[in-house]
Amino acid sequence: MKSRLRYVYDHYRFLILRRTLQLGILLLFFGANAWGWSLLVGDLSSSRLLGKVPLADPLAVLQLLLAGGALAGQVLVGALIVLVAYALIGRAFCSWVCPVNLITDLAEWVRNRLGFREPPLMYLNRNLRYVVLAMVLVLSLLLSLPVFEFVSPIAAASRGVAFGMGMGWALLLAIFLFDLFVVRHGYCGHICPLGAFYSLTSRFRRVRVRHEKDSCTLCGLCFNACPEPHVLNLIGKHDGTVNNPECTNCFRCVEVCDDDALFVSLSGGWSK
Amino acid sequence: MHEVDKTRRRMIFRTLQGVTLTAVGGAFWAGFVHENAQAELVLRPPGALPEDEFLATCIRCGLCVSDCPYDTLRLGAYGDDVPVGTPYFKPREVPCYLCEDIPCAAACPTGALDLLGLTDEEGELDVSRSRMGVAVVDYNNCIAARGLRCDACVRACPYIGDAIFVDTRRNPRTGKHAMLVPVVDADYCTGCGLCEHACVTEKASILVLPRDVALGKAGEHYDLPAPNFSPEVPENEI
Repeated sequence: MKSRLRYVYDHYRFLILRRTLQLGILLLFFGANAWGWSLLVGDLSSSRLLGKVPLADPLAVLQLLLAGGALAGQVLVGALIVLVAYALIGRAFCSWVCPVNLITDLAEWVRNRLGFREPPLMYLNRNLRYVVLAMVLVLSLLLSLPVFEFVSPIAAASRGVAFGMGMGWALLLAIFLFDLFVVRHGYCGHICPLGAFYSLTSRFRRVRVRHEKDSCTLCGLCFNACPEPHVLNLIGKHDGTVNNPECTNCFRCVEVCDDDALFVSLSGGWSK
Repeated sequence: MHEVDKTRRRMIFRTLQGVTLTAVGGAFWAGFVHENAQAELVLRPPGALPEDEFLATCIRCGLCVSDCPYDTLRLGAYGDDVPVGTPYFKPREVPCYLCEDIPCAAACPTGALDLLGLTDEEGELDVSRSRMGVAVVDYNNCIAARGLRCDACVRACPYIGDAIFVDTRRNPRTGKHAMLVPVVDADYCTGCGLCEHACVTEKASILVLPRDVALGKAGEHYDLPAPNFSPEVPENEI
């Protein structure tokens, strides 16, 4: 029994924490609107923490500013808080908060469970997301509308849970099927402009995965677990931290590693 | 020399492929967003900026919806025929009860619901300054205008006598009864929809429409006195 718990702790501690946080945030949003809870009110576009602290999606705020919205200070402060937080802890939004990660990870789990090893239906470059991000900014400026907020599955999911999904489930189902059958890690790893945005802001993050080459047996478990495996390019080659800001700090690699070759490094280092 | 040429040709072709995909994708995206943003018949919460500014300022967080004590406000979901994620209300289902402290607008973090427009000269909140829409009467179906004694909408109005009043007329059919015809003054109507909610006909015969849709504009060159709706009732007949 004890060894069983030990195994779960060793292999799933971050995963359990992440799912708890992701689902907990959705529950708080739902409870706030349905039962009047006041801990966290709103949705992932903007919210109010503990009745006072404003939080806001910095990319949504950026779109509104480009669209010409004369924004009040409150939402600007909220966006700044979130921006600074993720600048310090990296692209953790994607793996610790975002509800779409639940869907795309489910697709990946099903894919592994059913042993789908087919080549992808189409080839997508992982840099496509930066093109999408650029389109978000340019189109917001041209249309005077926050264009990603009209189609964002992230907003649709969190808003849908809190205030009613409508036909939003179709968008989420489409992403699930896209990730399952069309491109592996398709949405989060190739398309999402919010992930691209947080990748750009995570360059100087203080939390990184650290690798010790001498313990590594090159088993490849970390590569298989990683949603952005190209960031693990140092594995088995040299000691150091994962410096590619596309790493979402999900720490799956740390917990699947049986060789004590990967760690969470809190001090971090300035990337070179 | 040939090698260089091929690489360059490939580069140009690749670039054009990317540009084409981006342009086509962007056109579809812009088309959807533009289409979704067109919803002329949507009623916004108190203090909402003009619709185009509102859509560029609202962050779609739903704090106004959460803080509305009457569950009046809803956030547009896909399929609701409302710009997605933005707050609206349907007065026939739940009208706006015009809270004095205007919690929806107070909750707005972006200023898309602007308390400034709802504040009087002394700096006090004044919800009667809301202009969510304007009530319009369908006199062909209003039962009061057809001779029945109904003043449900007039009694429901929080600004009775200003925003709506009864125009008493002689009923020409019976020759001896009065008709209690409701008349709305758009200068005072907040568009809260309490009248639409109270209307007793099967489908409401007084309904709130956005002011842009329902109201005309005389033009600057007309120098006319303010409209006078008050019925001329001789003193001795009151």
